[in-house]
Amino acid sequence: MTIESLSMAKAINLGLRRAMTENPRVLLMGEDIGPLGGVFRVTEGLHAEFGGDRVLDTPLAEAGIIGTAIGLAMAGYRPVCEIQFDGFIYPGFDQITSQLAKLTSRHGGSMTFPVVIRVPYGGHIGAVEHHQESPEAYFAHTAGLRSVTPATPHDAYWMIQEAIASNDPVMFFEPKSRYWPKGDVDDAASGFPLHASRVVREGADITLLGYGPMVNVLLAAADIAAQEGTSAEVVDLRSLSPIDYEPVLASVRKTGRLIVAQEAPGFVSIGSEIAATVTERAFYSLEAPVIRVAGFDTPFPPAKLESAYLPDADRVLEAVDRAMAY
Amino acid sequence: MPFTADTLRLLDSHGNLVRDDRTTEYLPLIEALSDDQLMDFHRQMVVMRRIDVEAGNLQRQGQLALWIPSIGQEGAQVGSGYAARAQDHIFPAYREHVVGRIRGVDTMRIIELLRGLSHGGWDPKQHGNFHLYTLVIGSQTLHATGLAMGLTLDGKTRSGDPERDEAVVVYFGDGATSQGDVNEALVFAASYQTPQVFFLQNNHWAISVPVTRQSPTPLFHRPAGFGIPGIQIDGNDVLASYAVTRTGLDAARSGEGPRFIEALTYRIGAHTTSDDPTKYRDERELDFWLANDPIQRFEAYLRGRGESDAFFAELATEAEDAAADLRTRTLALGVPPASDMFAHVYSEPHPVMDAQAAWLEAYEAGFEDER
Repeated sequence: MTIESLSMAKAINLGLRRAMTENPRVLLMGEDIGPLGGVFRVTEGLHAEFGGDRVLDTPLAEAGIIGTAIGLAMAGYRPVCEIQFDGFIYPGFDQITSQLAKLTSRHGGSMTFPVVIRVPYGGHIGAVEHHQESPEAYFAHTAGLRSVTPATPHDAYWMIQEAIASNDPVMFFEPKSRYWPKGDVDDAASGFPLHASRVVREGADITLLGYGPMVNVLLAAADIAAQEGTSAEVVDLRSLSPIDYEPVLASVRKTGRLIVAQEAPGFVSIGSEIAATVTERAFYSLEAPVIRVAGFDTPFPPAKLESAYLPDADRVLEAVDRAMAY
Repeated sequence: MPFTADTLRLLDSHGNLVRDDRTTEYLPLIEALSDDQLMDFHRQMVVMRRIDVEAGNLQRQGQLALWIPSIGQEGAQVGSGYAARAQDHIFPAYREHVVGRIRGVDTMRIIELLRGLSHGGWDPKQHGNFHLYTLVIGSQTLHATGLAMGLTLDGKTRSGDPERDEAVVVYFGDGATSQGDVNEALVFAASYQTPQVFFLQNNHWAISVPVTRQSPTPLFHRPAGFGIPGIQIDGNDVLASYAVTRTGLDAARSGEGPRFIEALTYRIGAHTTSDDPTKYRDERELDFWLANDPIQRFEAYLRGRGESDAFFAELATEAEDAAADLRTRTLALGVPPASDMFAHVYSEPHPVMDAQAAWLEAYEAGFEDER
């Protein structure tokens, strides 16, 4: 059945609720996620419904949250941790990268660590320092983790459930700028596996690739490009690790041109990785170099400057023009 | 002298039982131990020390990349190791080789770790719930606390039956007490009233830095600030380590919340075979600790109870045999196939692992003709 007009925040909420209902070993941990429902209200109502033993308002300590989630996973739980804001994940970085990511391997597979770490990320919300960052590349770089990010309420509803069902640790990046726009959710079937990228809009002349908060920007750019006579195909990556390359390569073989867009800084980023891989694997299909459209290689600026920092449709179109000029 | 009036001892430096108001609570636990159990305490300490020497020699001979000596800390480790009940979980740091032996982990698994053959080595579920070593200082304290939270949520503790109720003991050192993770573990443990004992081995040195740099106040004072009872023991007294850990674990499993034990001990050797304590330590410091050696002291206690020369002679032979066996098996170790790198990075299929494993196999096969 289709649920109409649902925000992504509510879609994740319903996905969490369904996962918790179906599996009593799923529990939520985080700061202010209990009666308050989280600072973005993603867990609203869950504490009242499932109680404090399933929805843990933890002490304010990110390493503590991740580290104890590891122990709870050893006890057979499937913890879903909320990091309050992207820029607050670093106190937990060691527990994520040195511990959680490596423990399956260190146990030779005899123990699994089905821990999901939810991270609201990205800009466009006019917030203060440390509240608008895009740290996904650090985690995609780390073996042992899976990293995904939805762009629509439907995807978010299903991806959070599949992330929880995964026996591997999953970094679940939630684009804050997409929390509130509404979309339809089919709660009968997801229609895709967790790590599948998807072609959102078909086109012939150039491929625009992005994920999370950038997908809508790319669709807007494709609309404008169409008016200017360029047919752009838009691909939503969905999964940052592993990356589902076949749809990407198929698209590039068709269009011959690729723009990769992200809010994160471009240096050593998801976009860099895709540019390198596409160049290795589809070199003879390329009519132009792969071009990255990214945040600048600076700290995320004060909020009044974020529109100059964050890639928008015009920045994407500028790159389209450059690519089409080859 | 590091020991003060605060330091609980059940055996004095000469191996005599201390009978006073503070020890009264613990002595019945000692009196309940059988001769065989007491002999096992000694056997574990003596065999471990001999193995420790052998492993250090193997490192010097190039057979190990590293060895982590535990000489001098056997009393703290054997006592606490025996204090845990069969159903308990144990999270070591990386020096608790003898606790692993008590829980069923062959020291060869540690040898493999330090020879560069593995990063893990055993399945805790099959080895007395003795979890893997953690080399990042203090990180394991949070895992222990999380697992203890799970025991509470699952009703596997606090039933009132100590034979059934599960608890957790986590080992860490004086250096670790400065880490954020350890302090966060104390916060979470206090907040969720976990069935858990924090077992601090204060061996006085974090590689080259003395414990006074970690803390100007006794470390067993710290847990009070978290709302956790703390006690300081003579860590070279195997009986104190046993009785106080046993009492702490049973209190924790009965629902009284976490406990913190500071065991004062001393790292007689180097931090690892990679450092040289003569560069930073006053060797006169050793004199005190050699005079308070856990093995000598316990031998004196056992002799005072009438244990025969024959027992100690047999034990010396057993230790020699164990060391020789360790050497033989170390020299026989092979190297795992390179494909093992990819085997368990993820627990579910992963396209990058498949592709890279296949690539490496094909690449190596390309050299077959040259062999």
